[in-house]
Amino acid sequence: MGSLPFFFTFAELEVGQHLYWQFGNLRIHGQVFLTSWIVIGALLALVVVGTKKMERDPQGVQNLLEFLWDYIRDLARTQIGEKVYRDWMPFIGTLFLFIFVSNWGGALVPWRLIHLPSGELGAPTADINTTVALALLVSLSYFYAGLSNKGLRYFEYYVHPTPIMLPFKIVEDFTKPLSLSFRLFGNILADELVVAVLVFLVPLVLPVPVMFLGLFTSAIQALIFATLAAYYIGEAVEEHH
Amino acid sequence: MTSPFLFGATEGGLFDFDATLPLMAIQVVLLTFILNALFFKPVGQVVEEREDYVTTSRAQAKQRLAEVEKLELALRDQLKEARQAAQKVINDAEQDSDKLYREALALATSEANASREKARREIDAQRESAMNQLKSDSEKLGDLIVDRLLASK
Repeated sequence: MGSLPFFFTFAELEVGQHLYWQFGNLRIHGQVFLTSWIVIGALLALVVVGTKKMERDPQGVQNLLEFLWDYIRDLARTQIGEKVYRDWMPFIGTLFLFIFVSNWGGALVPWRLIHLPSGELGAPTADINTTVALALLVSLSYFYAGLSNKGLRYFEYYVHPTPIMLPFKIVEDFTKPLSLSFRLFGNILADELVVAVLVFLVPLVLPVPVMFLGLFTSAIQALIFATLAAYYIGEAVEEHH
Repeated sequence: MTSPFLFGATEGGLFDFDATLPLMAIQVVLLTFILNALFFKPVGQVVEEREDYVTTSRAQAKQRLAEVEKLELALRDQLKEARQAAQKVINDAEQDSDKLYREALALATSEANASREKARREIDAQRESAMNQLKSDSEKLGDLIVDRLLASK
């Protein structure tokens, strides 16, 4: 692609290339961690600034934080239920905020201006490792939530309402993390690819509506992931009668 | 970019799982605890304190409103009573003044009647005396005339 005009180099498609960091015999994707640290740093900065001087009459960033808190509480409360939503609100909220800021960061920040030796910076959620990690955390959480709330009676859920459901419920335990991770990964990667391909083909104007669509998808995916995680936890702690 | 879409490719690929996965999971768990300490707990505390404050303030306001309504009712009763009392006072005063007026009128009328009666009686008496005088004068004159006429004869 060296022969192409200058701006086309931004649009170089690099799919499945990673910046590898080696620690002993552990290999990690450096570009994912770099952007995730930026995302986490942005989140922590926002939170620290917003909670520095909190008052009963909220001002500035405190308003935004309280809005987010309220939004996450409503999400957790409607999906998990009044009884235990408090225990899971930080987890659901962290999932939502981390995925949301990752997705929007990937869509809004022109990462491609920063050149890496290999691979390119993008939303951490466009890497399958991140989404599978998040989905497995959700799986562990709902198992933990069910077992800690109901003890071994949690497994009644598998034969509820009839024992015929047993195989389906067992399969569900595998499909839940699979669908969670692949939905998020696929949507975000597809969005980045569509924008990249469009920028590659028509660098001006045309990618803009797709970028807006991407912002919309990003927000929706964060909401879907958090809502489903909360729903799975709520399903696990729900009392059957 | 030899085989980017190859599942489990040894070098690169979309589905290249490695230590990124567990490390990212640990990172997100840590983030959960940090955000819980820095965001969810303090903001929740502030929001819930405010909700408590609003609830208690509202309850207090309701209580106060009830008190005010009670006071208003009592005041209205008092006002009604006061108005009735004032009306009574006015009525009494009117009756009193009416009575006084009537009494004064009656007194004045009777006084006027009495003085008129007295005057009439005086007039009558004077007329009587004047008549008597006249009568006696005329009798004297008549006697004189008769005497004169008789004497000339």
